[in-house]
Amino acid sequence: MANTYEAIATVTVGSGGAADITFSSIPATYTDLIVKLSGRSTTSDADMYIAFNSNTSNYSRRVLRGNGSAASSTSGSDRYVGTIDSSGETASTFGNWEIYVPNYAGSNNKSYSIDSVEENNATQAFQYFIAGLWSNTSAITSLKLEFIAAGTFAQYSTATLYGIKNS
Amino acid sequence: MSHKLIVDCSTGVTTEVELTAEEIAQREADAVAFAEQKALDDAVTQAKADAKASAQAKLAALGLTADEIAALN
Repeated sequence: MANTYEAIATVTVGSGGAADITFSSIPATYTDLIVKLSGRSTTSDADMYIAFNSNTSNYSRRVLRGNGSAASSTSGSDRYVGTIDSSGETASTFGNWEIYVPNYAGSNNKSYSIDSVEENNATQAFQYFIAGLWSNTSAITSLKLEFIAAGTFAQYSTATLYGIKNS
Repeated sequence: MSHKLIVDCSTGVTTEVELTAEEIAQREADAVAFAEQKALDDAVTQAKADAKASAQAKLAALGLTADEIAALN
């Protein structure tokens, strides 16, 4: 790992679970951001949305998804950022998810890329590659991960926000 | 679930905050909209799979072997 890669903040979900996780007051002192999440939903709902600066408009995305035997692609004008482990996956397993946000503090529209995998001791487990765009020129100062429906982050779900400097 | 976690990156402090009525309503609206979009996506995916299976069956009926059909993919 490059020595310009710094952990800004980490959160681990407690026994009560959490509907969403927000990193606020993100400093503008880095070049890029990465969030790494080890997560699981306590319900069957595990599709996730993202929101930058609490804004829910002007997002678009292209999704490539594979399950071990077939692949598909979709696109949409929403904040979808993939699916982590739900209550339907093997108990106590957690999916891995990562988002990369380059030039988050700049004045251009904000692109982001995501790769994630579900963990499941079964024939089927999905992996995702997602390219997204938030058509907004504001610097990103907060980032929220939330479930689209009634999902809840399970205890021990952990998210870490990293900052990357280009020098 | 009625609360969220907010991590203040300037202090490292995590606070637990109850969801507002507006946030709960937004989640419910998001769920409906996403389900509609997902149904459309699934229909497109299924239509593509059906068309592929139909095309492969027609090629097989013309005498192509499974290896020959696979080579066209």
